[in-house]
Amino acid sequence: MYAFDYVRPASLADAVKALGASEENRPLAGGQTLIPTMKQRLAMPATLIDLAGIAELKGVRRDGNAIVIGAMTTHADVAGNADVKAAIPALAALAGGIGDPHVRNSGTIGGSVANNDPAADYPAAVLALNATIITTTREIPADSYFTGMFKTALQPGELIKAIRFPIGAKAAYSKFEQRASRYALVGVFVAHTGAGVRVAVTGSGAGGVFRSAPLEAALAKGFSVDALKGAVVPSTGLLSDIHGSAEYRASVIPVIAERAVAAAR
Amino acid sequence: MPKIAMTVNGKQVSADVPANTLLVEFLRKDLMLTGTHVGCDTSQCGACVVHVNGHAIKSCTTLAVQANGASVMTIEGLAPGADLHTVQAAFKEAHALQCGYCTPGMVMAVVDMLKNNPKPTETQIRHGLSGNICRCTGYHNIVKAVQIASGQAVTA
Repeated sequence: MYAFDYVRPASLADAVKALGASEENRPLAGGQTLIPTMKQRLAMPATLIDLAGIAELKGVRRDGNAIVIGAMTTHADVAGNADVKAAIPALAALAGGIGDPHVRNSGTIGGSVANNDPAADYPAAVLALNATIITTTREIPADSYFTGMFKTALQPGELIKAIRFPIGAKAAYSKFEQRASRYALVGVFVAHTGAGVRVAVTGSGAGGVFRSAPLEAALAKGFSVDALKGAVVPSTGLLSDIHGSAEYRASVIPVIAERAVAAAR
Repeated sequence: MPKIAMTVNGKQVSADVPANTLLVEFLRKDLMLTGTHVGCDTSQCGACVVHVNGHAIKSCTTLAVQANGASVMTIEGLAPGADLHTVQAAFKEAHALQCGYCTPGMVMAVVDMLKNNPKPTETQIRHGLSGNICRCTGYHNIVKAVQIASGQAVTA
Protein backbone atom coordinates (compact mmCIF):
# COMPACT_ATOMS: atom_id res chain seq x y z
CA MET A 1 0.00 0.00 0.00
CA TYR A 2 1.06 3.56 -0.65
CA ALA A 3 1.33 5.75 2.43
CA PHE A 4 -1.74 7.73 3.47
CA ASP A 5 -3.12 9.65 6.40
CA TYR A 6 -6.00 8.35 8.46
CA VAL A 7 -8.70 10.06 10.46
CA ARG A 8 -11.72 8.68 12.28
CA PRO A 9 -14.19 11.54 12.77
CA ALA A 10 -16.90 11.17 15.40
CA SER A 11 -19.56 13.11 13.51
CA LEU A 12 -20.95 13.14 9.99
CA ALA A 13 -20.25 16.88 9.72
CA ASP A 14 -16.57 16.30 10.50
CA ALA A 15 -16.44 13.44 8.00
CA VAL A 16 -17.91 15.56 5.21
CA LYS A 17 -15.47 18.35 6.06
CA ALA A 18 -12.49 15.97 6.01
CA LEU A 19 -13.66 14.44 2.75
CA GLY A 20 -14.02 17.85 1.14
CA ALA A 21 -10.52 18.93 2.16
CA SER A 22 -8.97 17.19 -0.86
CA GLU A 23 -10.18 15.44 -3.98
CA GLU A 24 -7.68 12.71 -3.13
CA ASN A 25 -9.41 11.84 0.15
CA ARG A 26 -11.58 8.75 0.33
CA PRO A 27 -14.17 7.50 2.84
CA LEU A 28 -13.50 4.10 4.42
CA ALA A 29 -16.49 1.94 5.31
CA GLY A 30 -15.89 -1.79 5.94
CA GLY A 31 -12.84 -1.79 3.70
CA GLN A 32 -13.55 -5.15 2.11
CA THR A 33 -13.08 -3.72 -1.38
CA LEU A 34 -11.08 -0.56 -0.73
CA ILE A 35 -8.29 -2.18 1.32
CA PRO A 36 -7.58 -4.95 -1.23
CA THR A 37 -7.67 -2.27 -3.96
CA MET A 38 -5.15 -0.19 -2.03
CA LYS A 39 -2.97 -3.25 -1.40
CA GLN A 40 -2.81 -3.73 -5.16
CA ARG A 41 -1.86 -0.06 -5.48
CA LEU A 42 -4.91 0.56 -7.63
CA ALA A 43 -6.02 3.31 -5.26
CA MET A 44 -3.89 5.96 -3.61
CA PRO A 45 -5.97 8.09 -1.25
CA ALA A 46 -4.28 11.03 0.48
CA THR A 47 -6.36 10.63 3.62
CA LEU A 48 -8.71 7.81 4.53
CA ILE A 49 -11.75 9.04 6.43
CA ASP A 50 -12.89 6.08 8.52
CA LEU A 51 -16.65 6.30 9.04
CA ALA A 52 -16.61 3.68 11.83
CA GLY A 53 -16.70 6.27 14.60
CA ILE A 54 -19.99 7.84 13.53
CA ALA A 55 -22.74 6.31 15.66
CA GLU A 56 -25.65 7.66 13.60
CA LEU A 57 -24.53 5.64 10.56
CA LYS A 58 -25.01 2.31 12.30
CA GLY A 59 -28.07 0.24 12.94
CA VAL A 60 -31.47 -0.72 11.60
CA ARG A 61 -34.78 0.91 12.41
CA ARG A 62 -38.36 0.43 11.39
CA ASP A 63 -39.78 3.73 10.11
CA GLY A 64 -43.46 3.42 9.31
CA ASN A 65 -43.78 1.17 6.29
CA ALA A 66 -40.06 1.02 5.69
CA ILE A 67 -36.85 -0.43 7.03
CA VAL A 68 -34.03 2.11 7.27
CA ILE A 69 -30.52 0.68 7.40
CA GLY A 70 -27.60 2.89 8.39
CA ALA A 71 -24.77 2.97 5.87
CA MET A 72 -22.20 1.49 8.29
CA THR A 73 -24.36 -1.49 9.26
CA THR A 74 -22.51 -4.71 8.48
CA HIS A 75 -23.91 -7.48 6.31
CA ALA A 76 -23.92 -9.77 9.37
CA ASP A 77 -25.99 -7.26 11.35
CA VAL A 78 -28.52 -6.92 8.53
CA ALA A 79 -28.71 -10.71 8.11
CA GLY A 80 -29.31 -11.22 11.81
CA ASN A 81 -31.63 -8.28 12.45
CA ALA A 82 -35.06 -9.35 13.70
CA ASP A 83 -36.89 -6.42 12.06
CA VAL A 84 -35.30 -7.07 8.66
CA LYS A 85 -35.96 -10.81 8.92
CA ALA A 86 -39.61 -10.19 9.76
CA ALA A 87 -40.32 -7.34 7.34
CA ILE A 88 -38.10 -8.10 4.32
CA PRO A 89 -36.78 -11.66 4.70
CA ALA A 90 -35.33 -11.60 1.17
CA LEU A 91 -33.06 -8.72 2.18
CA ALA A 92 -31.85 -10.51 5.32
CA ALA A 93 -31.18 -13.65 3.27
CA LEU A 94 -29.25 -11.67 0.66
CA ALA A 95 -27.08 -10.06 3.33
CA GLY A 96 -26.42 -13.48 4.87
CA GLY A 97 -25.15 -14.79 1.54
CA ILE A 98 -22.61 -12.08 0.74
CA GLY A 99 -19.00 -13.25 0.54
CA ASP A 100 -18.17 -15.30 3.60
CA PRO A 101 -18.77 -14.93 7.37
CA HIS A 102 -15.67 -12.80 7.95
CA VAL A 103 -16.44 -10.45 5.07
CA ARG A 104 -19.98 -10.12 6.42
CA ASN A 105 -18.62 -9.08 9.81
CA SER A 106 -16.68 -6.21 8.23
CA GLY A 107 -18.41 -5.18 5.00
CA THR A 108 -21.21 -2.62 5.10
CA ILE A 109 -24.32 -1.88 3.08
CA GLY A 110 -23.23 1.70 2.46
CA GLY A 111 -19.83 0.62 1.21
CA SER A 112 -21.35 -1.92 -1.14
CA VAL A 113 -23.95 0.45 -2.56
CA ALA A 114 -21.46 3.32 -2.91
CA ASN A 115 -18.97 1.07 -4.71
CA ASN A 116 -21.59 -0.41 -7.07
CA ASP A 117 -19.48 -3.40 -8.06
CA PRO A 118 -21.20 -4.97 -11.09
CA ALA A 119 -21.26 -8.32 -9.25
CA ALA A 120 -22.26 -7.09 -5.79
CA ASP A 121 -25.49 -8.40 -4.25
CA TYR A 122 -26.93 -5.34 -2.49
CA PRO A 123 -27.46 -3.21 -5.63
CA ALA A 124 -29.95 -5.84 -6.88
CA ALA A 125 -31.98 -5.51 -3.67
CA VAL A 126 -31.86 -1.72 -3.71
CA LEU A 127 -33.05 -1.58 -7.32
CA ALA A 128 -35.70 -4.32 -7.16
CA LEU A 129 -37.17 -3.15 -3.86
CA ASN A 130 -37.25 0.46 -5.15
CA ALA A 131 -35.24 1.66 -2.18
CA THR A 132 -34.13 5.22 -1.54
CA ILE A 133 -30.52 6.21 -0.92
CA ILE A 134 -30.40 8.85 1.79
CA THR A 135 -27.23 10.93 1.54
CA THR A 136 -25.73 13.88 3.35
CA THR A 137 -27.37 16.21 0.84
CA ARG A 138 -30.51 14.55 -0.59
CA GLU A 139 -32.58 11.43 -1.20
CA ILE A 140 -31.93 9.49 -4.40
CA PRO A 141 -34.42 6.97 -5.79
CA ALA A 142 -32.83 3.65 -6.79
CA ASP A 143 -33.84 4.08 -10.43
CA SER A 144 -31.63 7.15 -10.81
CA TYR A 145 -28.83 6.08 -8.43
CA PHE A 146 -26.96 3.34 -10.33
CA THR A 147 -25.38 5.00 -13.35
CA GLY A 148 -22.86 2.44 -14.59
CA MET A 149 -20.18 -0.04 -13.59
CA PHE A 150 -18.67 1.27 -10.34
CA LYS A 151 -20.59 4.49 -11.01
CA THR A 152 -23.38 6.08 -9.00
CA ALA A 153 -25.21 9.39 -8.76
CA LEU A 154 -23.16 10.27 -5.67
CA GLN A 155 -21.27 13.54 -6.07
CA PRO A 156 -17.77 14.18 -4.72
CA GLY A 157 -18.00 14.80 -0.99
CA GLU A 158 -21.47 13.23 -0.71
CA LEU A 159 -21.84 10.33 1.72
CA ILE A 160 -24.57 7.73 2.05
CA LYS A 161 -26.25 8.03 5.46
CA ALA A 162 -28.80 5.25 5.16
CA ILE A 163 -30.90 3.25 2.75
CA ARG A 164 -34.67 3.10 3.08
CA PHE A 165 -36.38 -0.08 1.88
CA PRO A 166 -40.17 -0.08 1.53
CA ILE A 167 -41.87 -3.03 3.22
CA GLY A 168 -44.52 -5.13 1.57
CA ALA A 169 -43.05 -6.74 -1.52
CA LYS A 170 -43.23 -10.46 -2.09
CA ALA A 171 -39.57 -10.91 -2.86
CA ALA A 172 -36.56 -13.17 -3.12
CA TYR A 173 -32.98 -13.10 -4.32
CA SER A 174 -31.28 -16.00 -6.02
CA LYS A 175 -27.73 -16.09 -7.24
CA PHE A 176 -25.44 -18.27 -9.25
CA GLU A 177 -22.05 -17.72 -7.70
CA GLN A 178 -18.66 -17.67 -9.31
CA ARG A 179 -17.25 -20.52 -7.23
CA ALA A 180 -13.90 -19.02 -6.33
CA SER A 181 -14.81 -15.40 -5.59
CA ARG A 182 -18.42 -16.05 -4.49
CA TYR A 183 -19.44 -12.94 -6.36
CA ALA A 184 -22.63 -13.29 -8.35
CA LEU A 185 -22.11 -14.51 -11.90
CA VAL A 186 -25.84 -14.03 -12.19
CA GLY A 187 -27.94 -12.70 -9.33
CA VAL A 188 -31.62 -11.92 -9.69
CA PHE A 189 -33.78 -10.09 -7.16
CA VAL A 190 -37.53 -10.19 -7.82
CA ALA A 191 -40.05 -8.02 -5.99
CA HIS A 192 -43.80 -8.12 -6.47
CA THR A 193 -45.94 -5.32 -5.04
CA GLY A 194 -49.31 -3.78 -5.80
CA ALA A 195 -47.44 -1.35 -8.03
CA GLY A 196 -46.06 -4.15 -10.19
CA VAL A 197 -43.06 -6.40 -10.55
CA ARG A 198 -39.45 -5.27 -10.46
CA VAL A 199 -36.63 -7.59 -11.49
CA ALA A 200 -33.04 -6.50 -10.88
CA VAL A 201 -30.08 -8.41 -12.26
CA THR A 202 -26.53 -8.20 -10.89
CA GLY A 203 -23.30 -9.87 -11.93
CA SER A 204 -24.25 -9.68 -15.57
CA GLY A 205 -24.62 -6.15 -16.84
CA ALA A 206 -21.76 -4.40 -18.65
CA GLY A 207 -23.10 -1.26 -17.00
CA GLY A 208 -23.63 -2.87 -13.60
CA VAL A 209 -26.96 -3.77 -12.02
CA PHE A 210 -30.01 -3.35 -14.27
CA ARG A 211 -33.74 -4.01 -14.43
CA SER A 212 -34.78 -6.66 -16.92
CA ALA A 213 -37.68 -5.38 -19.02
CA PRO A 214 -38.51 -8.76 -20.63
CA LEU A 215 -38.62 -10.55 -17.28
CA GLU A 216 -40.70 -7.79 -15.69
CA ALA A 217 -43.11 -7.93 -18.65
CA ALA A 218 -43.43 -11.71 -18.34
CA LEU A 219 -44.05 -11.56 -14.60
CA ALA A 220 -46.54 -8.70 -14.96
CA LYS A 221 -48.86 -11.24 -16.58
CA GLY A 222 -48.69 -13.40 -13.48
CA PHE A 223 -46.09 -13.64 -10.72
CA SER A 224 -45.27 -17.31 -11.20
CA VAL A 225 -42.52 -19.59 -12.46
CA ASP A 226 -44.79 -20.59 -15.35
CA ALA A 227 -45.06 -16.97 -16.46
CA LEU A 228 -41.30 -16.97 -17.08
CA LYS A 229 -41.39 -19.98 -19.42
CA GLY A 230 -40.17 -18.88 -22.80
CA ALA A 231 -38.98 -15.49 -21.54
CA VAL A 232 -35.90 -14.39 -23.46
CA VAL A 233 -33.21 -12.05 -22.11
CA PRO A 234 -31.09 -10.49 -24.87
CA SER A 235 -27.31 -10.75 -24.56
CA THR A 236 -26.90 -7.13 -25.64
CA GLY A 237 -25.29 -5.09 -22.88
CA LEU A 238 -24.28 -8.13 -20.85
CA LEU A 239 -20.78 -8.85 -19.58
CA SER A 240 -18.44 -11.26 -21.30
CA ASP A 241 -15.46 -12.30 -19.21
CA ILE A 242 -13.42 -15.36 -18.28
CA HIS A 243 -16.31 -16.64 -16.17
CA GLY A 244 -18.93 -16.58 -18.89
CA SER A 245 -19.96 -15.03 -22.19
CA ALA A 246 -22.81 -12.56 -22.58
CA GLU A 247 -24.81 -15.30 -24.32
CA TYR A 248 -24.21 -17.68 -21.40
CA ARG A 249 -25.34 -15.10 -18.88
CA ALA A 250 -28.41 -14.31 -21.02
CA SER A 251 -29.41 -17.97 -20.88
CA VAL A 252 -28.77 -18.30 -17.14
CA ILE A 253 -30.63 -15.14 -16.05
CA PRO A 254 -34.17 -16.52 -16.66
CA VAL A 255 -33.27 -19.73 -14.81
CA ILE A 256 -32.08 -17.83 -11.76
CA ALA A 257 -35.15 -15.59 -12.05
CA GLU A 258 -37.35 -18.71 -11.93
CA ARG A 259 -35.60 -19.80 -8.72
CA ALA A 260 -36.13 -16.37 -7.19
CA VAL A 261 -39.82 -16.33 -8.11
CA ALA A 262 -40.25 -19.83 -6.69
CA ALA A 263 -38.64 -18.72 -3.42
CA ALA A 264 -40.46 -15.38 -3.14
CA ARG A 265 -42.48 -14.76 -0.01
CA MET B 1 2.27 8.33 12.36
CA PRO B 2 -0.93 7.29 14.16
CA LYS B 3 -0.65 6.12 17.74
CA ILE B 4 -2.84 3.12 18.36
CA ALA B 5 -3.87 1.32 21.52
CA MET B 6 -5.90 -1.82 21.81
CA THR B 7 -6.43 -4.87 23.95
CA VAL B 8 -4.86 -7.99 22.45
CA ASN B 9 -5.59 -11.28 24.18
CA GLY B 10 -6.51 -9.37 27.32
CA LYS B 11 -3.36 -7.26 27.43
CA GLN B 12 -3.28 -3.55 26.71
CA VAL B 13 -0.84 -2.70 23.90
CA SER B 14 0.04 0.55 22.18
CA ALA B 15 2.36 1.57 19.39
CA ASP B 16 3.04 4.15 16.73
CA VAL B 17 2.42 2.55 13.36
CA PRO B 18 2.11 3.90 9.82
CA ALA B 19 -1.53 4.13 8.76
CA ASN B 20 -0.91 1.60 5.99
CA THR B 21 0.01 -1.14 8.48
CA LEU B 22 -2.36 -4.09 8.25
CA LEU B 23 -3.69 -5.54 11.47
CA VAL B 24 -2.01 -8.86 10.67
CA GLU B 25 1.34 -7.11 10.20
CA PHE B 26 0.93 -5.36 13.53
CA LEU B 27 0.09 -8.63 15.28
CA ARG B 28 2.88 -10.63 13.69
CA LYS B 29 5.69 -8.09 13.41
CA ASP B 30 5.12 -5.64 16.24
CA LEU B 31 3.60 -8.00 18.80
CA MET B 32 5.35 -11.16 17.52
CA LEU B 33 2.06 -13.04 17.67
CA THR B 34 2.92 -15.25 14.71
CA GLY B 35 0.12 -17.74 15.30
CA THR B 36 -2.04 -15.67 12.97
CA HIS B 37 -0.97 -16.61 9.45
CA VAL B 38 -0.94 -14.84 6.12
CA GLY B 39 -2.00 -17.26 3.42
CA CYS B 40 -3.20 -15.49 0.31
CA ASP B 41 -2.96 -11.85 1.47
CA THR B 42 -5.87 -11.16 -0.90
CA SER B 43 -8.79 -11.68 1.55
CA GLN B 44 -9.76 -15.07 0.25
CA CYS B 45 -8.17 -17.82 2.35
CA GLY B 46 -9.05 -16.93 5.97
CA ALA B 47 -5.69 -17.99 7.47
CA CYS B 48 -5.48 -14.52 9.06
CA VAL B 49 -8.85 -14.63 10.85
CA VAL B 50 -8.84 -13.06 14.32
CA HIS B 51 -11.63 -11.70 16.48
CA VAL B 52 -12.14 -7.95 16.77
CA ASN B 53 -14.70 -6.99 19.40
CA GLY B 54 -15.90 -10.58 19.37
CA HIS B 55 -16.37 -10.96 15.61
CA ALA B 56 -14.23 -13.02 13.23
CA ILE B 57 -12.61 -10.77 10.63
CA LYS B 58 -9.74 -11.02 8.17
CA SER B 59 -6.75 -9.26 9.66
CA CYS B 60 -5.12 -8.96 6.21
CA THR B 61 -8.06 -6.82 5.10
CA THR B 62 -8.18 -4.62 8.18
CA LEU B 63 -5.87 -1.73 9.00
CA ALA B 64 -4.23 -1.75 12.40
CA VAL B 65 -5.61 1.76 12.96
CA GLN B 66 -9.14 0.49 12.36
CA ALA B 67 -8.68 -1.69 15.45
CA ASN B 68 -7.59 1.28 17.54
CA GLY B 69 -9.55 1.04 20.80
CA ALA B 70 -10.80 -2.44 20.01
CA SER B 71 -10.46 -5.76 21.78
CA VAL B 72 -8.59 -8.26 19.63
CA MET B 73 -8.23 -11.97 20.18
CA THR B 74 -5.80 -14.16 18.27
CA ILE B 75 -5.21 -17.90 18.37
CA GLU B 76 -2.66 -17.32 21.15
CA GLY B 77 -5.36 -15.87 23.39
CA LEU B 78 -7.91 -18.60 22.94
CA ALA B 79 -6.62 -20.86 25.70
CA PRO B 80 -4.12 -18.97 27.81
CA GLY B 81 -3.71 -21.79 30.32
CA ALA B 82 -2.44 -25.35 29.91
CA ASP B 83 -5.74 -26.73 28.61
CA LEU B 84 -6.74 -26.43 24.99
CA HIS B 85 -9.92 -24.59 24.00
CA THR B 86 -12.80 -26.96 23.19
CA VAL B 87 -12.41 -26.24 19.48
CA GLN B 88 -8.65 -26.78 19.56
CA ALA B 89 -9.16 -30.07 21.44
CA ALA B 90 -11.74 -31.17 18.86
CA PHE B 91 -9.34 -30.34 15.99
CA LYS B 92 -6.73 -32.50 17.72
CA GLU B 93 -9.17 -35.34 18.32
CA ALA B 94 -10.50 -35.37 14.74
CA HIS B 95 -7.03 -34.84 13.23
CA ALA B 96 -8.51 -31.77 11.55
CA LEU B 97 -5.22 -30.56 10.18
CA GLN B 98 -2.55 -31.75 7.83
CA CYS B 99 0.05 -29.06 7.23
CA GLY B 100 -1.62 -26.83 9.82
CA TYR B 101 -1.19 -23.58 7.94
CA CYS B 102 -4.92 -22.79 7.80
CA THR B 103 -5.59 -24.08 11.31
CA PRO B 104 -5.37 -20.84 13.36
CA GLY B 105 -7.85 -19.15 11.03
CA MET B 106 -10.06 -22.23 10.94
CA VAL B 107 -10.16 -22.45 14.73
CA MET B 108 -10.93 -18.74 15.14
CA ALA B 109 -13.65 -19.01 12.49
CA VAL B 110 -15.19 -22.05 14.19
CA VAL B 111 -15.19 -20.40 17.62
CA ASP B 112 -17.17 -17.49 16.14
CA MET B 113 -19.45 -19.84 14.21
CA LEU B 114 -20.36 -21.82 17.34
CA LYS B 115 -20.91 -18.66 19.34
CA ASN B 116 -23.58 -17.61 16.83
CA ASN B 117 -24.95 -21.11 16.23
CA PRO B 118 -24.04 -23.61 18.98
CA LYS B 119 -25.48 -26.66 17.17
CA PRO B 120 -24.90 -26.16 13.44
CA THR B 121 -26.03 -28.75 10.92
CA GLU B 122 -23.40 -30.22 8.62
CA THR B 123 -24.59 -27.91 5.84
CA GLN B 124 -24.37 -24.91 8.15
CA ILE B 125 -20.87 -25.97 9.18
CA ARG B 126 -19.73 -26.17 5.56
CA HIS B 127 -21.27 -22.76 4.80
CA GLY B 128 -19.76 -21.38 8.00
CA LEU B 129 -16.32 -22.49 6.83
CA SER B 130 -16.74 -20.88 3.40
CA GLY B 131 -14.32 -18.11 4.29
CA ASN B 132 -11.49 -20.49 5.14
CA ILE B 133 -9.49 -22.45 2.62
CA CYS B 134 -7.46 -25.55 3.50
CA ARG B 135 -4.86 -26.13 0.81
CA CYS B 136 -4.50 -29.75 1.93
CA THR B 137 -8.26 -30.04 1.27
CA GLY B 138 -8.71 -31.63 4.68
CA TYR B 139 -12.24 -30.32 5.07
CA HIS B 140 -13.83 -33.60 6.08
CA ASN B 141 -12.02 -33.85 9.40
CA ILE B 142 -12.50 -30.14 10.04
CA VAL B 143 -16.27 -30.62 9.72
CA LYS B 144 -15.95 -33.60 12.11
CA ALA B 145 -14.05 -31.42 14.56
CA VAL B 146 -16.81 -28.81 14.52
CA GLN B 147 -19.36 -31.52 15.23
CA ILE B 148 -17.23 -32.82 18.11
CA ALA B 149 -16.68 -29.31 19.48
CA SER B 150 -20.42 -28.64 19.40
CA GLY B 151 -21.20 -31.95 21.15
CA GLN B 152 -22.95 -33.47 18.16
CA ALA B 153 -22.83 -36.83 16.44
CA VAL B 154 -20.16 -37.05 13.77
CA THR B 155 -21.77 -37.42 10.35
CA ALA B 156 -19.05 -36.08 8.11
